[in-house]
Amino acid sequence: MAAKAGKFFTNHPAVRKLIILIAIFVLVQVLIWTDIISAYLQVTLMTICINIILAVSLNLITGFTGQFSLGHAGFMSIGAYACALITMRMPTILGFLLGILAAIILSGIVGMVVGLPTLRLRGDYLAIATLGFSEIIRIIFVNLEITNGAAGLSNIPQFVNWPWIFFFTAGTVLLINNFLKSTHGRACISIREDEIASETMGVAATRYKVTAFIVGSCFAGMAGALYASYFYVIKPDYFGFLKSIDILIIVVFGGLGSISGSILAAVVLAVISTLLQSFADIRMVLYALLLIIIMIFRPQGLMGSKEITMDLFRKFSKGLSLNKKKERV
Amino acid sequence: MALLSVTRLTKTFGGLTAVSDLDMEISRGELVGLIGPNGAGKTTVFNLLTGIYPPTSGQIVLDCDGKPRQIGGLRPDKISKAGLARTFQNIRLFKNLSVLDNVRIAMHQNVRYGVLSGFLHLPSYMREEKRVREESLALLDIFNLASKHDEMAGNLPYGEQRRLEIVRALATKPQLLLLDEPAAGMNPAETAQLTSTIAQLREQFGVTILLIEHDMSVVMTICERIYVMDYGKLIAHGTPDEIKADPRVIEAYLGEDIDNA
Amino acid sequence: MEQFLQQLINGLSLGSTYALIALGYTMVYGIIKLINFAHCDIYMIGAYVGFYCLTLLNLGFVPSLLIAMAICTALGVAIEKIAYKPLRNSPRIAVLITAIGVSLFLEYGMVALVGAGVQSYPEMTGFIATKINLGDITISMMQVVIVGVSVLLMILLQFIVKKTKMGKAMRAVSLDADAARLMGINVDATISFTFMLGSAFAGAAGVMVGMLYKSIRPLMGYLPGIKAFVAAVFGGIGSIPGAMIGGYFIGLVEVMVSGYVNSLYKDAVVFAILILILIIKPTGLMGRAEREKV
Repeated sequence: MAAKAGKFFTNHPAVRKLIILIAIFVLVQVLIWTDIISAYLQVTLMTICINIILAVSLNLITGFTGQFSLGHAGFMSIGAYACALITMRMPTILGFLLGILAAIILSGIVGMVVGLPTLRLRGDYLAIATLGFSEIIRIIFVNLEITNGAAGLSNIPQFVNWPWIFFFTAGTVLLINNFLKSTHGRACISIREDEIASETMGVAATRYKVTAFIVGSCFAGMAGALYASYFYVIKPDYFGFLKSIDILIIVVFGGLGSISGSILAAVVLAVISTLLQSFADIRMVLYALLLIIIMIFRPQGLMGSKEITMDLFRKFSKGLSLNKKKERV
Repeated sequence: MALLSVTRLTKTFGGLTAVSDLDMEISRGELVGLIGPNGAGKTTVFNLLTGIYPPTSGQIVLDCDGKPRQIGGLRPDKISKAGLARTFQNIRLFKNLSVLDNVRIAMHQNVRYGVLSGFLHLPSYMREEKRVREESLALLDIFNLASKHDEMAGNLPYGEQRRLEIVRALATKPQLLLLDEPAAGMNPAETAQLTSTIAQLREQFGVTILLIEHDMSVVMTICERIYVMDYGKLIAHGTPDEIKADPRVIEAYLGEDIDNA
Repeated sequence: MEQFLQQLINGLSLGSTYALIALGYTMVYGIIKLINFAHCDIYMIGAYVGFYCLTLLNLGFVPSLLIAMAICTALGVAIEKIAYKPLRNSPRIAVLITAIGVSLFLEYGMVALVGAGVQSYPEMTGFIATKINLGDITISMMQVVIVGVSVLLMILLQFIVKKTKMGKAMRAVSLDADAARLMGINVDATISFTFMLGSAFAGAAGVMVGMLYKSIRPLMGYLPGIKAFVAAVFGGIGSIPGAMIGGYFIGLVEVMVSGYVNSLYKDAVVFAILILILIIKPTGLMGRAEREKV
């Protein structure tokens, strides 16, 4: 009976994913209800989830399509402000959902405006251009009246709780993973591998780079909206170059080109960050050293471009069972 | 009407003229060779045909469904969609991707589902992915690579990588296939096998072939017509026998007769 | 009219510092195709070394300047050897990320050591502190010194690049490192030398900025760094004369926007210039386009 269930589990990926997701959701929700995950830890949990969305979306642009973007935080800020401005005027669930929608659409549009001219540029130039755009966005927000300038917005209605964040985080991972398994995702990956060969094979390189960039920006904007709707205070300085670097560190640490790597890294780095709470100054220095050491000694990060999948488990358990007696064939 | 019609094609890079006033015509179903000493401009011609460089002047016209289409200066992906495919002199496989993925990416232009379906894995995704996978494996099978479909392309032995390059080009369903030195680095046995493979490609896949090669055993055996280039210009054109006897060709490859120096 | 002349003078002295920093970016990019994110932090370190020379060791302007340049030189070479050299054959994105790491390390290491707050250079005395008054225009001697020292250093650089063997080696390696190696040029030494020059100039700029604007802080390098980089791109990245022209251009633009338009947007204008250049002519005023061989 157990063997049959186990077989069903391994042979139906869609069902498997659903079961794992439900299990995670229920487990964490229970831990929250019983206060094992205290209010303090909940902050960490929310941060992890928002970082997962940011890292996975940046990974799509940088890890999978090979376009080095240093301006991801800029799109996060657009989403944060868009959502905040709406929910502050319409503090209902409908307002929240409209805010999320506005965040996604607005970041996507700006993503297109930024991406179209800059994605023709090569690696290092693109990095600086995206950084430049992100700084321009930040300076605009600092100087606009509606965003309340450098003081930012506070008392933003809080709507995000575990069910919401789980829905959006899991949704992000599923959608982006699906995309990467499609022909459009493969087209993006081929651009990273060899843009000229890819174009010769019929892939419209610039169009896909822009597509990946817009998709990534949309999710970053959504993450910003979620951030605003949980942490209820946003200032332009939260979304500067340093935040873009924070996200980049997660992606690099987890592995450029690995979704599960980004998830793993988001968790690990959040844990490290919490442990280093009392040493705030050292935290950035350690992060910096981490970046340097990873790039020199293990540039593929934790997972390289591999994913944690059933195949990995199968290979692992095959290795285990070979040590026992020979199975009956 | 000819499948490919090239008129007065010229390409200069700053002060250097890589291709000068080239005329070429290829009819459907032909197997044509392009030869010449190193640096003659042959790969540059391929790069011009496939859109990697825009021509400085001249015309490149491809027959698309009976209508002539100017493809000179178009983007490489548009030219690929018009029906022109190529292999590269220095293999440009996606080395870190699987053999199957290399072929599936080449199939991209013929896949019928949108980005939305890609995100949501709608029925059109399921249907098309199944078809792409089956067609890719079938194609790989013809070239004896199907068993290695999960391997990383970079791990294949050299000869198989060259084969995979050809499979990838064929997966784009081209009318005209450009092969850039497919026999480079092969030993005589591999070369002989490649020669018969290329000859069969025409029947099996209905493609017209333009072939750059240095190995004369390949060129003289299977090419029906040969164009010869030197220093960017066309210096001779004809059947293998005519080319073999052409003094200009001999001079280009071997230098002037000692008596005349 | 007089305001214009005043802005001109301010722009020239600011531009000199940008030019000095931009030279480091452009030389390093020219030779190993790396945007050295850490370069602006070497500028910051120079400012701090100058600060400690003046306050703790009570040295004068010239010794402080020289010591700062020396220490920055050593730092630049050390960074290259430790962080960039191991990645010479890695994909560019890897080196870029490492450079970001080094930059953050220097910035936040400094924050951990001296705190994030501002320190002030001591008031200048003597010759350097004098001001020249021409009607409504005030030229401080420090501004003259900055322009003077910068021009001197740039002339020195031109001499090194055009007339010395090492300069020739630098030009060779930036064109084709492998060919240079085959011709017997010690590529590693040439790269180190390039970093030395760039870092020395950045250190000098740091000290002089500290003296002119008085306040220094660990994150002071970020904005000038980006602007100097824009200057380098404007002039054509990889081109030394380009970096010089670019530096003065950006300095003047910043001062003019600040004076005539709105000082709140002076930084945004520089970023906008960057984006415009990258879109319209990424090779800049004097740069060369690179071509990938297929």
